[in-house]
This record gives sequence, C-alpha cells and structure tokens, in this order.
Amino acid sequence: MAMKKGWGDLNLLVRLRPIVFIAILLAAWQVAVSRHPVHILPGPWGVAGGIADLLRHGLLFKYVVASLFRVTWGFVLAAVIAIPLGLTIGWYRRAEMAFNPLLQIFRPISPLAWIPLAILWFGVGDASAIFLIFLGCFFPLLLTAINAVRNVPSIYINAGRNFGLRRADLVYRVLYPAVIPQLLIGLRITLGVAWLVVVAAEMIAVDSGLGFLIVDARNAGNRYDLVVAGMVIIGIIGLLLDTAMRSLEGVRSFRWAYSKD
Amino acid sequence: MSPEEAVTMPTAGTKLRAEHLDMVFTRDGKSTPVLKDINLQVSVGEFICLVGPSGCGKSTLLNTMGGFLSPTSGTVSIDGEVVHGPDSRRIFVFQERGVFPWLTVEGNIGFGLFKLSRSEREQRLAHYVKMVGLQGFEEAYPSELSGGMKQRLEVARALAVDPDMLYMDEPFGALDSITRLTMRGELLRIWQAERKTIVFVTHDIDEAVQLADRVVVMSARPAVIQQIVNIDMPHPRDISSPRYLELRDGILQQIGLAHKI
Repeated sequence: MAMKKGWGDLNLLVRLRPIVFIAILLAAWQVAVSRHPVHILPGPWGVAGGIADLLRHGLLFKYVVASLFRVTWGFVLAAVIAIPLGLTIGWYRRAEMAFNPLLQIFRPISPLAWIPLAILWFGVGDASAIFLIFLGCFFPLLLTAINAVRNVPSIYINAGRNFGLRRADLVYRVLYPAVIPQLLIGLRITLGVAWLVVVAAEMIAVDSGLGFLIVDARNAGNRYDLVVAGMVIIGIIGLLLDTAMRSLEGVRSFRWAYSKD
Repeated sequence: MSPEEAVTMPTAGTKLRAEHLDMVFTRDGKSTPVLKDINLQVSVGEFICLVGPSGCGKSTLLNTMGGFLSPTSGTVSIDGEVVHGPDSRRIFVFQERGVFPWLTVEGNIGFGLFKLSRSEREQRLAHYVKMVGLQGFEEAYPSELSGGMKQRLEVARALAVDPDMLYMDEPFGALDSITRLTMRGELLRIWQAERKTIVFVTHDIDEAVQLADRVVVMSARPAVIQQIVNIDMPHPRDISSPRYLELRDGILQQIGLAHKI
C-alpha cells in the first residue's frame, strides 16, 4: 500500500515538472523585464494583459476560429488529394519512378514563395491562405503516402494474396491497415506545418486570424504585448493540435507500429 | 535413389510435381542461376523437408511452388494443374513475421474465413484457437505475444482455411531451442491429425530428420537436388537411436559437413 502511494506521488511530480519549469521561466522573464528599463520585450504580465484585452473585445475567439478554419480547409483538401494519390503512386513502381524527380523539385520550394502567385490567382482573402496551406501540406503528405506503401513488408501483401484476396480487398484489408500508422505520423507532422504556414499566410493575404493579429498589432500602434500574446496563443494551439493527433497513435490496432518490439 | 528416378516413378496420390524447374535472377544486367533442373514429386499427405547450404535457393524453390515466383522455365503442377499464382488451398507459413500486427489473434485466424457464415467462422475460430493453445488470448494483438505464440498463431491462421498443402519457410528458425522443440512436436501432432501435404524448408538437418518422410538435399547455388533421403522411421522417433544418427550423419556428409566440431 505504502509502495503504491509512493509511486502515485512520484507520478504527480513527474507530471507537474514541466508546469513548474514553465512557471520558473515566466518568473525569471518578469524579473528580467522589470529590471531592464528599455522596452525590447513585454513581460509575461503585459502579455497576459494583452490576452485579456483580446478576450474583452471578442477578438481572441474570432481570430482563432478564422485561423483554424483556414488550416482545416487547406489540410483536409491536401490530405484528401495527396493520400490516395500517394498510395497509388507508391503501389505502382513505374509511377513512382516517373513522379519522383518532379516531387523533389517542388518539395523544397517554401509555400511562402507561392504568395505572389496565390494572390494573383485567388486574390486577397481566404482562398489564397487556404491555397498556401494546401501547398504546404500537399507535398509532405504525398511523400509520406508513397513511402508508407513502399515500406509495407511484401510478406503481408503475399499473405493477403495467398488467402485469395482480390485487389480491392487486398487494398482495404492489408494495404490500408498496414500504412495507417505511418500516415498518422505524417499527418501529425504536416498539421504542424499547416499551422506554421497559416500564420505566415495571414500576415499577407487576409484581415483576420492570428497571423494578421501579429502584423496588425505592430502596424497599428506598436502593441508588442499583443504581438507576443499572438505568439503564445499560436504555440498553445499548436500544442493542442499535436496532442490531439498524438492521441490517435494510442488506438489499440495502430499501436503495433510504434512499439519497439 | 536419384532425382530422375523420383520423377519417373509415378505414385497413385501425387500432389505436387515440379518438372525441369530452372530459375535465373537478372539484376543490373547480371544473371544469376539459382535453380537448375529441379525435378521433384510430392505425394498426398507427405511431409517433405528441403535442406541445403544457406542461400542455395531453398526459399526460391518454395516460393516457386507456392506460386509467388514464376520459374524461368519448367512447371510446377498441383493435382495435375499448372500453378500460376498463390491459392488459398495452399497456404504459405512465413516465420512469425507473417501475422498481421493490426489484427487480434481472432482477427488473424479468421482472416481467410471471409467466405464462411458467421456461425461457421466462429466454430472454426474456437477450434483452432484451442488447437494451438491460445485460449485466453483471443483479443490480444501479436505485439503482446511471445515469438512461439506468434508462430502458433500463424500456423492456426493457415490451418483455419483448411488447405490441402502447407509451405513452411524456416518457420521455427527465429525461436529459442526449447520453443522450437515444442513446436516441432505440435506440428507433427497437427500433421498426423489433419494429413496435410507439407513442404518445409529448414537449414537444420536434425529438424529435417525429425519431421520429414523424405529429406530433399540441395546443393549450393545454382541448386540441384543432390539426394533424396527416405526417413524410414515411424513417429515418434527416437533421436538417439542408431538409425536416426545414421540418417542424420549421412545427410551431413552429403552436404560436406563433418559431424565433428
């Protein structure tokens, strides 16, 4: 009994450790800012005030929703197109050989390099931002899907064929479950990319969202407390998105792929 | 008995017949002959072991018989029909790597039973779960099982579709020696109960002499059949009897291994 209680306490301590660490950093930040007379960075207290300001004006919720709306559209569109396409390309070796050079050329081009074309094609607004997020997600997801198929051990495919599965069943009952864990990792990383791109896109192409908040706060009166408030909110939402995606990896029938066994 | 004699001696219940099988692998413009004029006849219900030096082409021969590889020339026919691909009447058992990690024990055993009615499927499931001693693990995933349990699971998955033939590619190679001995005993018990025709690849001469009706000894690459040894001992076999040792040492000598270390 005593032993069990001891473990519980230890667990609590381990769980609290990051929170304690963040609290210490915040305190140090506040002390450093108040000792330094020149304003190069608002303190945590000022930032908290900024967040409260945003809440009061109803802007926080509005901007978060605007940003999430764009990320969702860009990300989902990319996933819906890139994953089936990538699975198909990965399945046919010749297609993979044909597509690969093109992919390797497009991949290193930052989605931000597309901003002028995006504005030319879609104008200033949601469509441009969604297009940029789509681009940022499309190539990583396509590559993830191609590699996921290619990494499926042929032993599974052969076993599926041995039991008399036709192609559609083979895809549904063997290929699909075998690639899901890798796809989930790819989706998680790509959602992070989407969140990076949305902020950059909103600095240029729209008039709402967290990226817009940061640029606007600076342009309209050097409200650096709001700038940092925007950054903090972006970070927290990124963390929440990642945690949500990561929780999918705990699903029992996916877990095999992540264990070290 | 020479391989030629084996072919020209038709028996009533021939299950599998390999005739003049040649296999040449071509890679980067270089061709490597792997199998050379393989002639072999396997009777209904017979237990055949293929042995030979590692890398000699035993697995290639097995994969060709199973329909996963097409021979460069020659034919494999089963029940008088030429083999053109895998078939659910003949199941290939890989090392335990072949079980589907995203399915539970029940999901794996039931994998090939999609054509059966629900009640029939459940009956078969229960029967084979019990036969391989996995009761209580029906809902477990392969990553939660030991190597021996995974191997038994794969054997159960193969047996559940009631095939006439099993191809086994070093199925016990990855197991520890105690588990391997137990598995041999269980395989013999199952074989005696269900009378499947079994073609079993192993690099372990003892394993071959313990299990097989006939041991096919293959040469180094390009593999030819060097000798076919009749194991004229009833089961259970006394593995310290003079006859056993004589047969084993004969095979060891045949592949050029002195039995002294």
